[in-house]
Amino acid sequence: MSERIEPVLQAAPAPADDAIIRVRGVKTQFGTQVIHDNLDLDVRRGEVLGVVGGSGTGKSVLLRTIIGLIRPRTGTVEVFGKNLTAMDANERRRYEQRWGVLFQDGALFSSLTVAQNIQVPLREYTDMPQHLMDEIAAMKISMVGLAPEAGAKFPSELSGGMRKRAGLARSLALDPEILFLDEPTAGLDPIGAAAFDQLIRRLQQALGLTVFMVTHDLDSLHAICDRIAVLAEKRVLIAGSMSEMLQQDHPWIREYFHGPRARAATATNA
Amino acid sequence: MPSGHMDVSVNQGWLRRTQEGDALVLTAGGRWLVEQSAALDVMVRDVAPEKGRPVRLDLAGIEAMDTAGAWLIYRLLRTLGELGCRAETVGARPEFAALIEQASVNDNPCEIAPPSGNALMRMIARIGDSTLMVFSEARSFLGFFGLVLITLARGLRHPSRLRLTPIVFHVEQVGLNALPIVALLSFLIGVVLAYQGADQLRRFGAEVFVVNLIAVSTLREIGILLTAIIVAGRSGSAFTAQIGSMNVNEEVDAMRTLGMDPIEVLVLPRLMALIISLPLLGFVADMMGLFGGGLMAWLALGIAPDLFIERLNDAVSVSSFWTGIIKAPFFALLIALVGCHEGFQVKGSAESVGQMTTRSVVESIFLVLIADALFSIFFAVIGI
Ligand SMILES: Nc1ncnc2c1ncn2[C@@H]1O[C@H](COP(=O)(O)OP(=O)(O)OP(=O)(O)O)[C@@H](O)[C@H]1O
Ligand SMILES: [Mg+2]
Repeated sequence: MSERIEPVLQAAPAPADDAIIRVRGVKTQFGTQVIHDNLDLDVRRGEVLGVVGGSGTGKSVLLRTIIGLIRPRTGTVEVFGKNLTAMDANERRRYEQRWGVLFQDGALFSSLTVAQNIQVPLREYTDMPQHLMDEIAAMKISMVGLAPEAGAKFPSELSGGMRKRAGLARSLALDPEILFLDEPTAGLDPIGAAAFDQLIRRLQQALGLTVFMVTHDLDSLHAICDRIAVLAEKRVLIAGSMSEMLQQDHPWIREYFHGPRARAATATNA
Repeated sequence: MPSGHMDVSVNQGWLRRTQEGDALVLTAGGRWLVEQSAALDVMVRDVAPEKGRPVRLDLAGIEAMDTAGAWLIYRLLRTLGELGCRAETVGARPEFAALIEQASVNDNPCEIAPPSGNALMRMIARIGDSTLMVFSEARSFLGFFGLVLITLARGLRHPSRLRLTPIVFHVEQVGLNALPIVALLSFLIGVVLAYQGADQLRRFGAEVFVVNLIAVSTLREIGILLTAIIVAGRSGSAFTAQIGSMNVNEEVDAMRTLGMDPIEVLVLPRLMALIISLPLLGFVADMMGLFGGGLMAWLALGIAPDLFIERLNDAVSVSSFWTGIIKAPFFALLIALVGCHEGFQVKGSAESVGQMTTRSVVESIFLVLIADALFSIFFAVIGI
């Protein structure tokens, strides 16, 4: 492969405690289909990392691998400096409450209302009294921009965008240190999407969150991502800031960041 | 009080109250995080200043705060406001002040679950609902039955619309794959029947009539009834769960928009497959029941196979066999209709899939037993 570009991070190794997530040499495979091969990625503490890549390149699979839902064939995943692949279930639980996950399609519990969905992690991990859980759930519902009426609704009674917001509210329930978002703004109207970006940004600054965000939304990439990782050719091709992306001449990256939609996004965000 | 997994002993959150002249001074410090919120909630609720007393809230000691902590601080300020206390906040770090501001902006109480009324009303409403549901279920089931019959008639007129591949697939699922369990269970029932029957008949010295007992009960009733109950539990439930999850995933709606008739695509193949399979399974059950009974009669009672066959010939005729097997297609119809109908009744959640599956099995076994009783009366009247 002539265009192998060394990921920026590997060129200048970050100090050990800077990386909150460290993925090394990961290979994932379904049957004979190899999704990732020798994939390396670092996510730094307190940054918003946008992960981009064509449909089906394995962004969601990478997210699921990091949070431990998929075991890599080889390689290691370290989160909070701990190798999670080598941990037993009990130990993992202690770390799992320190991150929140928004799945691509919300993944709400269908037999619980939105408010009850948000209370699930609160009930599981804290000893809050019911009235406080109700207050916190109401605050989170309002924070993600849902109307108060949505609280008592069941997931099947919500629109796609509302489900997404409810999923975000649940992932934020425990004020996690790391937030994993799988295409959070897909399916939102542009005004809602922009507000969503701002919300993530605000929370990230106030809580010192680290955000791992899979997205196709160029506006989000411009507005809130500190760094961008490009997934292609079964690995992280490059990770760096927006201005670094714009200078790359890998054909897919050029197409992505210089295409018509990208120009529109650049213009509005300039 | 804090949940055990964190070393919170050092920097738990705290709230202290002191006096400063006329004013009440509240000093907050430590970690105001979600893990400590249960304890903090109690402290915050304990603050109850007299109406109108000036309060100073000193947040300089707070080391860490998240939205739960910010909410508690905000709620404290709100309560003070409601009591008419002039509250002054000092010392909050800017990022914490922003969080408290966030909490205040998002103070929009909401309902947690749909309103449910008081317990007595709920009980009365439930009784009423269930009563009405019996009727509406029956109505909806009849409607579904009619719809299936019409679709079936259309299918028979244009046989190309009957989908052969799914029928074969479902015959494998509900028929072939059920064979081992049906065979085993009916064999065992035959064994038990022979043994228990012989025990009773021995008192009259009529052991040899055990053959009649086995033959008549297996062929006329037990073989087919047992098969129907196994199939209802095995395949009726599967039909409900399959169609129900498709309903939840909007697959059924997608099918309609593609111009496909869900009855034709989902129900007919299952119905046809069951109508084909159940008589065949029933036949196997009959044979295995007789075999089990015969084996037991030979081993335990010394009725040799040739004697068994001879008695069998006397005891039953081919019509006994047919009176059993003729019921199979009707049972199949009931099981398939109930299974598919309940599948379409699933609404939105995984829980609903479970409820409907349970209901499907209970209803289809109930209907099969009712139908069996009706058949018995019918056969008695026409004298078979
Ligand atoms: N559970 C699974 N079993 C088998 N293959 C899978 C599974 N999950 C994902 N794949 C395959 O892995 C590849 C990557 O899937 P993934 O969902 O990660 O794509 P993606 O990059 O998130 O795409 P999109 O942007 O469309 O969401 C796809 O080819 C998909 O078919
Ligand atoms: Mg995806």
